[in-house]
Amino acid sequence: MKCLVTGGNVKVLGKAVHSLSRIGEELYLEPLEDGLSLRTVNSSRSAYACFLFAPLFFQLYQAATPGQDPLRCKILMKSFLSVFRSLVTLEKTVEKCCISVSGRSSRLVVQLLCRYGVRKTHNLSFQDCESLQAVFDPASCPHLLRAPAKVLGEAVLPFPPALAEVTLGIGHGRRVLLRSYQEEEADSALKAMVTEISIGQEDFQQLQAEEGAAITFCLKEFRGLLSFAESANLPLSIHFDAPGRPAIFAIKDSLLDGHFVLATLSEPAPNSQDLHFPEPCRPAPPPHSPSQLDDFANDDIDSYMIAMETTVGTESSRALPSISLSPGLQGPCSSEEEEEAEQSTVPGTPPPKKFRSLFFGSILAPAHSPLGPSPVLAEDSEGEG
Amino acid sequence: MKFRAKIADAACLNHFTRVSCMVAKLARTCTLRIRPHTLNFILADSAAGGGVSMWCELPQENFFSEFQMEGVSEENNEIYVELTAENLSRALKTAQNARALKVKLTNKHFPCLTVSIELVSVSSSSRMVTHDIPVKVIPRKLWKNLQEPAVPDSDIIEANLNGDLNLKIESELVSVTTHFKDLGNPPSASENESEDRSPEQMAEVQVDIRKFLQFLAGQQVNPTRGICNVVSHKMVHFDLLHEDVSLQYFIPAMS
Repeated sequence: MKCLVTGGNVKVLGKAVHSLSRIGEELYLEPLEDGLSLRTVNSSRSAYACFLFAPLFFQLYQAATPGQDPLRCKILMKSFLSVFRSLVTLEKTVEKCCISVSGRSSRLVVQLLCRYGVRKTHNLSFQDCESLQAVFDPASCPHLLRAPAKVLGEAVLPFPPALAEVTLGIGHGRRVLLRSYQEEEADSALKAMVTEISIGQEDFQQLQAEEGAAITFCLKEFRGLLSFAESANLPLSIHFDAPGRPAIFAIKDSLLDGHFVLATLSEPAPNSQDLHFPEPCRPAPPPHSPSQLDDFANDDIDSYMIAMETTVGTESSRALPSISLSPGLQGPCSSEEEEEAEQSTVPGTPPPKKFRSLFFGSILAPAHSPLGPSPVLAEDSEGEG
Repeated sequence: MKFRAKIADAACLNHFTRVSCMVAKLARTCTLRIRPHTLNFILADSAAGGGVSMWCELPQENFFSEFQMEGVSEENNEIYVELTAENLSRALKTAQNARALKVKLTNKHFPCLTVSIELVSVSSSSRMVTHDIPVKVIPRKLWKNLQEPAVPDSDIIEANLNGDLNLKIESELVSVTTHFKDLGNPPSASENESEDRSPEQMAEVQVDIRKFLQFLAGQQVNPTRGICNVVSHKMVHFDLLHEDVSLQYFIPAMS
């Protein structure tokens, strides 16, 4: 196979690789008739990302060299990313990028042709493998949101970069809400800050979802696609279904399309009923949501104070009213999931496996696939190599 | 117990944000005291903090266009809550393009200081950002630990009554002294003290440089006036005044 990217598209390709690197550690590369496909999946298989670059994206696109087998390989993401590490340098100095397979040494050759005649050649080793397929169908999702990337970029701005998960939902007055999601820790002395942003439906190009629909997904993984969409100035679509079903984030233009499929928390976020009724104690919430922020419904903490002050000698935090916590993930796989969830979060890696990650079949090594009666969504392949 | 306030002016919001960022750099957890006319950020002297304490006072009228509070009781018309300072500064920083900011004490499953921000948006619809900052209400019996520290009768640190101030560091290899001359001496509270001291005599205290640095690095509000007081060999006290905000910071001497 051989393809040549020129001009500004080199940076676009680089940005796509950066986005993919937020998800997985291996890049699956496959030149198809439709275009060059770059895919990845995270280690817990709760996130899948894929970019497809149409033949017209390239100055030259040759999916298969006659006489050679069609290429289906995977490369270490770190290695591929290192070629495109500095986007600034790509933009300023690289004129063309050529990706090909060297028949003899079985290396993926990525050559950057730069200004002043400088040529940088990267020979990356790869592993033949089966095609990475995820089964998903945006059309089967009942809910859809579409907005310019800029709107969504502004929507995630109030959240700290370290925040792992976020809940997206439709609230009163068909306002779109994004709220920080925190795992409830019963023992923590001081709870975490909760941030919520609410955006009017006028800011969305399409909003096809009922009030109360909500999903919780990994914000860090979403940011990967969002930053690409912002730099390409493309609208971003979010197709989603009930909690637990994967959410599909999609961007598209004439030369490329990208899909990020992220698992969602399988039961509604603890306070998601607030998305229906922002003031849960109120009998009849007023119709206009902005005014709800004015009233004192939740302001009276006298009863709390009384409860606390009559608890003599105890630490005030213990007197906090206890919230009934949602039970953990339900279903036959829950015990395995909880064990796996003990792993601590390492920065840069996906969050612990508390999401149900079962929209893949057992394509990858069977030793790693989760146990349990998960539906096989894709046929078993013949294994690697 | 109720508290509700609003900032409608961009400059006030900016100033309040900077004060809160400064507090966040000086204290991890601090107490917010709300009174009818003032707000205080207090870090009480604690062994964990190395004995450092901080007292910051703002007259509320200079920041808030609306301010309503009802304290714990009529005789004790005050509110004391403890919060993570960084949460407040982070919440305020998202209000850079805000039309209005409202802050109030709420009880959404647990007591919170809720900051509601109405953002200016390109389209006609407004965007609302809400931050619920969890707070711990401090019971009345602990209030006595959080009163304004009395400024003790002081000598002048590494300095004398002639307006000379020396900041000195010493290590094995090097000793550096910075001399400030012609500084003013504020009139001392008790005149007896100054009579006993010769103007040339230096009073000195040795403090942990990291704490001093943390204090200096935290400054985001350029003070119009700063006073440095020392109790010889015991502690140093900085009193900074910027327009209407006063910040006092105490660093104990190293033992």
